[in-house]
Amino acid sequence: MKIAQKTIKFLLIAAITLFTSVGFASGSDKKHDNQNDGGRVNTKEEVEAYIKHHVKDSHDFSLYSYTGDDGKRHHVGFPLPVILWTSEGLVTFMSSEFHHNDDGHVIVEKKGLKFAKIHSKIYELDKGAATVSFDDTHHATNAHKVLDFSITKSVVGMLLVGLLLFFWFSRLAKQYKTKKIPTGFSRVLEPLVLYVRDEIAKPNIGAKHYRRFTGYLLTVFFFIWALNLLGMMPFGFNVTGQIAVTAALAIFTLVIYSVSGTKGYWMHMVWMPGVPVLIRPVLAIIELAGAMLIKPFSLLVRLFANITAGHIVVMSLIAIMFTLKQSIGVAGATFLSVVLSFLIILIEVLVAFLQAYIFTMLSALFIGMAVEDHDEHH
Amino acid sequence: MEALLNDFSPGLFIVQTILLLALIGLMVKFAWKPILNSLNERESGIEDALAAAENARKEMQNLQADNAKLVKEARAERDAMMKEARDIRDKMIAEAKEDAKEVTTKLIENAQASIVQEKQAALAEIKKNVAELSIGIAESVIKKELSNKKDQLKLVEGILKDVTLN
Amino acid sequence: MYNLIGAGLVVIGAGIGLGQIGGKAMEGIARQPEATGKIQTAMIIVAALLEGLAFGALILGKG
Repeated sequence: MKIAQKTIKFLLIAAITLFTSVGFASGSDKKHDNQNDGGRVNTKEEVEAYIKHHVKDSHDFSLYSYTGDDGKRHHVGFPLPVILWTSEGLVTFMSSEFHHNDDGHVIVEKKGLKFAKIHSKIYELDKGAATVSFDDTHHATNAHKVLDFSITKSVVGMLLVGLLLFFWFSRLAKQYKTKKIPTGFSRVLEPLVLYVRDEIAKPNIGAKHYRRFTGYLLTVFFFIWALNLLGMMPFGFNVTGQIAVTAALAIFTLVIYSVSGTKGYWMHMVWMPGVPVLIRPVLAIIELAGAMLIKPFSLLVRLFANITAGHIVVMSLIAIMFTLKQSIGVAGATFLSVVLSFLIILIEVLVAFLQAYIFTMLSALFIGMAVEDHDEHH
Repeated sequence: MEALLNDFSPGLFIVQTILLLALIGLMVKFAWKPILNSLNERESGIEDALAAAENARKEMQNLQADNAKLVKEARAERDAMMKEARDIRDKMIAEAKEDAKEVTTKLIENAQASIVQEKQAALAEIKKNVAELSIGIAESVIKKELSNKKDQLKLVEGILKDVTLN
Repeated sequence: MYNLIGAGLVVIGAGIGLGQIGGKAMEGIARQPEATGKIQTAMIIVAALLEGLAFGALILGKG
């Protein structure tokens, strides 16, 4: 655990250095158009745009970008495949065809359809439109979103974490075949598995039923934790800060506790015994809303908001380097920014674990409420 | 809320759902099941070992208790034997004493009887001697006294008187 | 503008609530150190529920 923490710290420091040296690297005061895709960042507005862009999912995997001698932006990284389900069926191409443009000015034509990328979302232009036109609030008027199954950066992150988890834990599983006590890194993993089983699954679900759900809880716990930590490493993955990802996780929990709910659980929800009949429908509405909407909503929003907020805070603190450069000098701003962001990142390491723990814990709690045996003792 | 909904990507949601399902399936099959089974096995193994140790300890205690019981029994037996021996000894002594007593009383009785016999014999002899002596004395007295008639009568009278009184 | 005021109010309320939860949990732990684990678990659950509420309000209010 200690070694792991040290490694994480090291990686975080590396991340800070990388962010600071790459993301905001710019010395020129030259005005340029507001291309908030990793371009020059100096002013407050540009910092905001940069942060907003970077907490979002991205269609390319960019490592860093710089402004060349010719004044053009160069992006280093690799493109990811874009897979779209459009009105004409499946369309695939590489994200490099957008040339890192993120405001809808580059149009890609495939199968007679025109696509544009606006704020990390891919739009299909309406028939006959040649360019995207925007209204006052910067909404596209002649384009609509398409169903986007692209292998985005988040998907890459998830695949990476999935493979990593599978590799680690299948190795741990294999080790048990030959010896009683695992060695090496697996020895770190074993107590974590035991922790989830004994501290999260067993007390919240109950000793009778917990076995059925331990697999799900373990997967979710390590998945979220690993993704949270991945988000703190270089390359700026923000997978658990994507609302679609947390929504999917929350809906998994919802489905599991709804499907495995006992008769007593549903009875208590829709037709509460021991309560005057007139109040029962009211209670049923409240209970159903609580179980079907509020519980999963709080799960998904908590994870999303915590991780996104963490990313925003860390990036904002790093941006102090640039926003306060004028008022307290380069050295002062750099020092302040490094110290503050380092401290916040330490907290974020804790939050990364805590959010995984809370998500798993609440999932276990909800499942436990659904499967517990309702004795008629009211 | 609107911004949030705008950020929500249904495509990513579907991809994530599929990936998560696959991951859960794979992890459960290849990692969690074997890991948890091994852990459970190990735990039950430890529990069994502990229970076995406890049993062994109890058995040991039982053995010790048995030993103590045996020792106690042996001691009791020894005590009983010694007591018996002592009783026999006492009894023998008592019997011997009794016998000795009987013998002595018999001896004493015999002695007394013979003493009595001897005494009577002696008495008889004494009586005989005394009678002879008295006869002799009487003879001499009579020889001397018979010269006087009157005295003779007196004597006879006196003897008769004594005889009747005797 | 009103959204921002609302967000501030939400944060104030959540802060007071979290402070109460944390403070009471501390008191509980101080009184019964052997129940630390249970108190912590309960505290985290309640704090998480409160947090969910606060986030919900913030997001709904942010528009």
